[in-house]
Amino acid sequence: MNRSVPLRSLLTATWLGWKIESNWTDPLLFAIYSIVKPLAAAAILVVMYSIISQADFQSPVFAYLFIGNAFYQYVARVLTGVSWAIIDDREHYRTLKYIYTAPINIPIFLLGRGVAGFLTSSFAVIITMGMGMIFFKLPIDLKTVDWGLFLLALVLGIFMLAMLGLLLAGVSLRVAQHAGGIGEAVGGGLFLFSGAIFPISVLPAWLQPVGFVLPISYWLELIRRALLGPLALQYSTFPALSNVQLLGILIAMTAVWSVLSLWLFRVLEHSAREKGNIDLTTNY
Amino acid sequence: MASLPPIPEKRSGFRLFLMTVLGRSYPRVIGMQREKSWLFFDTFLPMLGVAGYVFVYRALQAPEDYIGFVVVGGAMTAFWMNILWSMSSQLYWEKETGNLPLYIIAPGPMMAILLGMALGGLVATTLRATVIILLGSLLFNVQYVVVSLPLLLLIFFVAMVALYGMGMTTASLFLLLSREAWHIANLAQEPVFFLSGFYFPIKNFPFWLAAAASLLPLTLGLDAMRQLAFATGPSLGFLSPAIELLILVALAAIFLVAARWLLNKMEKLAVREGRLTESRR
Repeated sequence: MNRSVPLRSLLTATWLGWKIESNWTDPLLFAIYSIVKPLAAAAILVVMYSIISQADFQSPVFAYLFIGNAFYQYVARVLTGVSWAIIDDREHYRTLKYIYTAPINIPIFLLGRGVAGFLTSSFAVIITMGMGMIFFKLPIDLKTVDWGLFLLALVLGIFMLAMLGLLLAGVSLRVAQHAGGIGEAVGGGLFLFSGAIFPISVLPAWLQPVGFVLPISYWLELIRRALLGPLALQYSTFPALSNVQLLGILIAMTAVWSVLSLWLFRVLEHSAREKGNIDLTTNY
Repeated sequence: MASLPPIPEKRSGFRLFLMTVLGRSYPRVIGMQREKSWLFFDTFLPMLGVAGYVFVYRALQAPEDYIGFVVVGGAMTAFWMNILWSMSSQLYWEKETGNLPLYIIAPGPMMAILLGMALGGLVATTLRATVIILLGSLLFNVQYVVVSLPLLLLIFFVAMVALYGMGMTTASLFLLLSREAWHIANLAQEPVFFLSGFYFPIKNFPFWLAAAASLLPLTLGLDAMRQLAFATGPSLGFLSPAIELLILVALAAIFLVAARWLLNKMEKLAVREGRLTESRR
């Protein structure tokens, strides 16, 4: 079949990413592996919340925290999935130089490597949300969920995360040491500043502007609004903004960050080629 | 080709064991001094997690001691990460980079190599954990009410011996692993953060869950240290610090003996099955 270069790059990278992610064990163990980590992370927050609130799981505070934490899994897996491909292929498999000589589109190849992270995190998000609805009676009524808004926000958010991952991949190309820590540091920072598990207003006033320039803050808010409806407004980071305003901000920010990420990736990639970083191995 | 200088004195027995321990711990301690940026990454990343959980408690308007629990728990995560990535997985990394056969053919005993890794890791990680506690305490204004500093230090020391004994035990198990080693170490992060009560007192668990979690040395170590360092600590403790200390002593002995036994067994098995030099990327 004669596929276009971008499509071939995407499909091949997706398949490769999936194999790297999953074929180290049998499917059952892989499924357990994929859900134990996120469930344990959610359990930490659930216990912390239940100790302080006397297990009042019907409060909008709990829904805020639980949903934000569940969907933040996409941030960690998609964003770092794209950028980690550089470290993996350059340092571990030592194939990045061969990939660069192959007739493929490199940015799309890297985005494809993030698809595996999207698939596994989707599985984990569904399980986490399911557990929340069954065991903690999260106030989500599947009949009243705004599915249109949810799907639109989800697609926009995943695209935005993948493009931010491309930016990190560019940085990883230029950094020899600590490249592995970059994704972790960015993921941890975004978790703190994006209002994932507490409203941005809880942060000290001088740190709050960081949260307001991150598209992830608006994305998580839209996801909560789509799932919870008016209940989300009772405990919200952006109570003054309507859904349409939030969507408009998310679209604008996604567009700006996407253009910026692609441009910066090209700049950093060119610099990496000049400095001979493409086939760098440090065993660091 | 330049020849190496002759070895002035051949060491054996306990002196060889001791020199091997020091030799293997040396790069861990000195490496941190040479690459100071590690200090930033190893304190900055846990601090992000600590800050996140602190702000959750602030959002929930929790009592201030809980902020201290998170700071101390966050510092202890450095030890668990060190156990996972620099103890348990270390022999697997050495295998991947081709160093493991060199360890095996060198005259130093493998147990001393593991002990050296533990000693070096413990010293380096204690420095990092101290920085996290100092920074976290200053940033979030944590108030400590220390009941008995000697007992607190003794419990920390015994918990570390038990924890690194556990790391030595799992290191020998990881000797047999291949690609799955990374994933298994990765899998053991959050569940242990949860079970060991890094961010909350385990007294809130059902008794048998807390008892099972106590097999992890950090669980009781953290619980006892919180009881001795915070005003509300004793009322939120699982068992009394004295009983927790006794259990930790027992765990330390069990893990050290198990490490020695398992290392011998696993090394023989790995040699027999030809796994010491495999590198399945």
